[in-house]
Amino acid sequence: MYSFKVCVLAKIVALLFGAVFYSCSSSASSQLNNPYSEDEGTQSVLYESFSERPKHFDPAVAYSSNEYAFIAQIYEPPFQYHYLKRPYQVVPLTATRMPEVIYLNQNGEKLTQDVKDSDIAFTDYVIEIQSDIRYQPHPALATNTQGEYEYHQLRKDLSEADKITLPLQTLNDFKNNGSRELIAEDYVYQIKRLAHPKMQSPIAEIMKNYIVGFDNFAKQVSDRPKTAIRNLPITGVTALSRYQYCIRIKGKYPQFIYWLAMPFFSPMPWEADVFYEQPGLADKNITLDWFPLGTGPYLMAENNPNRRMTLLKNPLFHHETYPTEGEAEDKQKGLLVDAGKQLPFIDKVVFMLEKETIPYWTKFLQGYYDASGIASDSFDQAIQFTGSGGVALTPSMLEKGIQLQTSVTTSSFYMGFNMLDATVGGETEQARKLRQAIAIAVDYEEYISIFMNGRGVAAQGVLPPGIYGFDEKEGINPYIYDWLDGRAQRKKIEAAKQLLSDAGYANGIDPKTKEALILYFDTTSTSVDDRPRMNWYRKQFEKLGIKLVIRATDYNRFQEKMRTGNAQLFVWGWNADYPDPENFFFLLYGANSKVQHGGENAANYHNPEFDRLFEQMRNMDNSEQRYQIIQQMQELVRHDAPWIFGFHPKNFSLFHGWYKNLKPNLMANNQLKYTRIDTAERAEQRQQWNLPVFWPLLLGCAVFILLLVPAINAYRRRVRETRL
Amino acid sequence: MTQYILRRLLYSLPLLMGVNILTFVLFFVINSPDDMARMQLGQKHVTEQSIANWKQQHGYDVPLLWNNQALGEEQITHTIFYQKSVGLFLFRFGVSDSGRNIGADIKERALPSLAVALPTLLVGLFVNICFALLMVLFRNSYLEQAGIVLCVVMMSISSLFYIIGGQFFIGKVLRLVPISGYDDGFSAIKFMILPVLIGVFSGIGSGVRWYRTLFLEEVEKDYVRTARAKGLTETQTLFRHVLPNAMIPILTGVVVVLPLLFMGSLIMESFFSIPGLGSYTIDAINSQDFAIVRAMVFLGSVLYVIGLLLTDISYTLVDPRVRLS
Repeated sequence: MYSFKVCVLAKIVALLFGAVFYSCSSSASSQLNNPYSEDEGTQSVLYESFSERPKHFDPAVAYSSNEYAFIAQIYEPPFQYHYLKRPYQVVPLTATRMPEVIYLNQNGEKLTQDVKDSDIAFTDYVIEIQSDIRYQPHPALATNTQGEYEYHQLRKDLSEADKITLPLQTLNDFKNNGSRELIAEDYVYQIKRLAHPKMQSPIAEIMKNYIVGFDNFAKQVSDRPKTAIRNLPITGVTALSRYQYCIRIKGKYPQFIYWLAMPFFSPMPWEADVFYEQPGLADKNITLDWFPLGTGPYLMAENNPNRRMTLLKNPLFHHETYPTEGEAEDKQKGLLVDAGKQLPFIDKVVFMLEKETIPYWTKFLQGYYDASGIASDSFDQAIQFTGSGGVALTPSMLEKGIQLQTSVTTSSFYMGFNMLDATVGGETEQARKLRQAIAIAVDYEEYISIFMNGRGVAAQGVLPPGIYGFDEKEGINPYIYDWLDGRAQRKKIEAAKQLLSDAGYANGIDPKTKEALILYFDTTSTSVDDRPRMNWYRKQFEKLGIKLVIRATDYNRFQEKMRTGNAQLFVWGWNADYPDPENFFFLLYGANSKVQHGGENAANYHNPEFDRLFEQMRNMDNSEQRYQIIQQMQELVRHDAPWIFGFHPKNFSLFHGWYKNLKPNLMANNQLKYTRIDTAERAEQRQQWNLPVFWPLLLGCAVFILLLVPAINAYRRRVRETRL
Repeated sequence: MTQYILRRLLYSLPLLMGVNILTFVLFFVINSPDDMARMQLGQKHVTEQSIANWKQQHGYDVPLLWNNQALGEEQITHTIFYQKSVGLFLFRFGVSDSGRNIGADIKERALPSLAVALPTLLVGLFVNICFALLMVLFRNSYLEQAGIVLCVVMMSISSLFYIIGGQFFIGKVLRLVPISGYDDGFSAIKFMILPVLIGVFSGIGSGVRWYRTLFLEEVEKDYVRTARAKGLTETQTLFRHVLPNAMIPILTGVVVVLPLLFMGSLIMESFFSIPGLGSYTIDAINSQDFAIVRAMVFLGSVLYVIGLLLTDISYTLVDPRVRLS
C-alpha cells in the first residue's frame, strides 16, 4: 500500500516536472524568461503593448488614440498624412489624387475658385479611388460557386458544421473567407453608417452641420436596423461611378479634408453589417466592433482585449510604397533607405496587455518589447539632462543601443477661468487684471520640472507647436513673459502683485471681506498621488496672498459643474483632431460656450471681436492674411486671459536599435506600415541580455541541504524527547 | 440532505434579490444614466442628443424603479431595474455598456483566474499546514518562538513588496521565468510559477499562525494524551489524530473560498498581466459600466452562497457527528 502511494506520488511529481519542462522548453532554451511561446520562424514580428483595453474597433465609433493604434492599420480612409513631410500634409491613400473641390451657389451652380466665401452655399468634394484595391479575406465576403454569400444566413443555432468549427468562439472558426474589390459605394455606405443614430458615432452631431442631408437621413433611419440603410439614399453623398463618389457639404469648410484622413471616413462593405448583425454572433463577442474588416496593410487575427491582440499582414494589401521624399535631413538620418519599397515591412504585430509599468519596463529592457514610453519611476534610469538643458539617454541605455525620440504633442493643457463667475470672470478691467496676476503667479515651468520630469513646453498661447499660426520666435505672451537674454522669462511676482493691487485685491485681500481672497479650484484629482500637485497649486496662489480651496470631486459631478457654470477655476486639455488652428480657437468661440450652448468652450469666453475674427479665419486657406488674423486672435486671448496657458506635453519614447524608419508623426496613426525591424539583431541581443543566472538558485539549494542535517537531528531529538 | 440543499438554495433567492437591489440602489445613487452615457461617449463632441441616443440604445431611457407613464404590470416591467435584473437569475448577463457580451467575457476570464488561484491555495495550504505542524511539534522551544517572530515579520510586509521583489529578483536578476504574461494550455505553466510562488510565500506568515492556533487547541486535548499514552510518536499523533480533528475549522476557511477562486485577485493579475476576473469589476466601476458591476456582484454572491453550502456539506464528510437537517 505504502509503495503504491509512493509510486503515485512519484508519478505526479514527474508529471509536474515534465509539464514545467515542456512549458519552459517551448521558449528558446537559453531564454527561460521569454514571454512569447510561439516561434517567430522567419517572420518579422513587432512586439508592442497596450495598457487599457480599447472599447471600439468600428471606425464609425472609435475615437480614442488607443483604438486608433489598431484600426488605423486596418481601415483606409481616402487620404492620409505624409509620413515624412512637415508641416503635416494630407496626401492620397486609396484615392488616386487629392479631391476635386467644387464651390456651388444656392442654386447648385458651379462657382470659380476665387469666389468670395459668403457666396459659397455648398462645396462638393469629388473623390476618385484606385481600382483593384481588395478587402482582407473575411467570412462576411465568402461566396460559394453560385456567387451566394456563404455566411449571410446562418441558422440560429450556428450549426452549419460543415463550414464552421464548432463550438464557434471566434471569427477564425469560420472555415471559408472571401474578398472583393473596394468600390466608391463602400465609402458612401460608411457615411450613412455615421448618420445612423444606432451607431452612436461621436462625430454625427458635428457632421450634421456640414454634410448635406446627413440630419434628414439620420431621422429617416432612426427606427430602422443598421442593415436597412444600404438602399436608402443620402442626398449629400453619392457614388458617381464604381470608383468615384461625391460629398456635398454646406458652405465652405477647408478643414473637411482632415476629416477625410480620419478612420471615420474609411470604407465599409455592406456585407459586414449583414454578417455581424445575425443572431448568435454578438453573444460570442463576434461583432464588427471587435473584428474589423478593412483594406489596410494589416488584418486583425486575434482579438483578446483581456490579454493579447495580433495583427497580421493583409495578404491582399494593394500596392503602396514607402515615401521617396521627405524633409531635407531625412535622407541623412536614414529615413529614405526603404524609399519606393512595397509596404508593410512587418509580418505580424503582437500587442500584449501590460497594466503595470514595472514589468512593462523590465520586458522592454530585456528586449521583449520593441518600444516603450518612459514612466516617472524609470525616468532617471533612462534620461539625463545635459549641461545646456537638453536631454540625452543615460549610458546604460546607450550601451543597449536604445534610441530616444522626443516630440511636442499637438495638445494644450490650460487652467481655465469660468468667465461667467462674478469674481474671476467678466470683461471688467478688475477681473482681467486679477486673471493676469494669477497667470503670472502660476509658474508652469516649475510644474513641468516637478511633475513632468521636464517633459513639456510652457504654452505662450492657444496653439501648440506644429499648428499653423504658431510663432516660436516672436509669439511670446507679453502679459506673462518678458524677452530677456534671448528667451522668454516669466515676469517677476512683483508684477503680478501690482496687477492684483490694481485689480483691487492689494496683498490678496478681498475688500468685501477684509480677508484673503478665496478662490475655488474644481478638479477630478482625488487620489493621494494628486495631493502634491494640489498643494503646488495652493502655493502658487499663496504667492499673491490668495487662498485656493481645492474642490476635488468625481468625474460626473465635475462635468455637471462645468455644464451648469458652477466651477470657478479648472484644468482642461485638448488634443488636436487635425493640424489646423480652427481646431484650437473654436475652444474659445462664443457660440461654443459650454453653459449656454453645450459646446467645448469650457471657459464660456465670449468676445465679439474674437468671434468675428474666428468666423473670418476658420474657412480661409492658409495665407499671410490668415496668419495675421491668427496673431490678432492670440493677442486678444492673451490680453483677456480666460485661460492660464499651461503646457504642451512632450512625448519621450524609447526604441531599440533594431527599430527602423523612426520619425514622430503626431497626426498619422497608420505608422506601423512604415516600420521595419532588424530581426537578426533583435534575436542576438535578446540572447545576450537574457541568459539565466542559476548560481543563486544552486547556492540556495546547497544551503537548504546543509540546514536540513541539523533540522533532521533536531526533529529526531524532539521526537525522542516527547516520547519520553 | 437533498431537502436541506434545496431549502438552502431557496433561501438564497431572497438573499440574491436583496444583493441585486442594494447594488442597483448604490450604483444609481451615485451615477445617473446620463453620467453613464457621458462616461461611455468620451469627452469630445458629446451633445444632449448623443446622450439621449446612447440611453435609448442601452435601455436606460426608462425610469429606474417605477414607470408612471406605463399601465398595469408595465409600470414595473418597463423600468431599468426590472429589465436589467431578470436575466441575472437565469445567468443571462447581457451586454456590457461598451458592447461586449458579459457571459462570454466571464467564461474567458474565469479560467486564468482559477489557474493562478487554485495552485496558490493548494500549495499554500500544504506549506502552511506543514510549517504549522512543525511549529506545534517544536512548541515551547526557541525554534517555535523564532518561527512566530518570522511569521509576524512576514505578515507585516505588504503583498506588493513580495510581488515587486519577486519580479525583480527571479524575473529580472535571475531571468529564470517571464516577469509577467499568460498563455494557453501547458505553456501557461512557466507564467504561473512566479505568481504562485509569490502568492504562497506572501501567505505563509498569516497562514502558518492561523493553523498553528488550530492545532494547538487540539494538541492538549484528552484524546491526544491518550494517543501519546498508547506509545505513538509525536509525528504519528499529529498526523493521525490532531490533523483530522482540526479539519473542521480548516475546511470552514478553505471550502468557502473555493468558488470565489474564480473571481481572481486584482493586484496579482494586474502585476502579472493575467487575463482573469480580478480586475474586471474594478475596471467596470472605473468606467461606470453598470451592466458588468451588476453581473459580477451577483455572480460573487451566488458563488459565496455556494461556498457556504459546500462548507456545510463538507462538515458531514469530516465529522460523522454533524447531520444536515
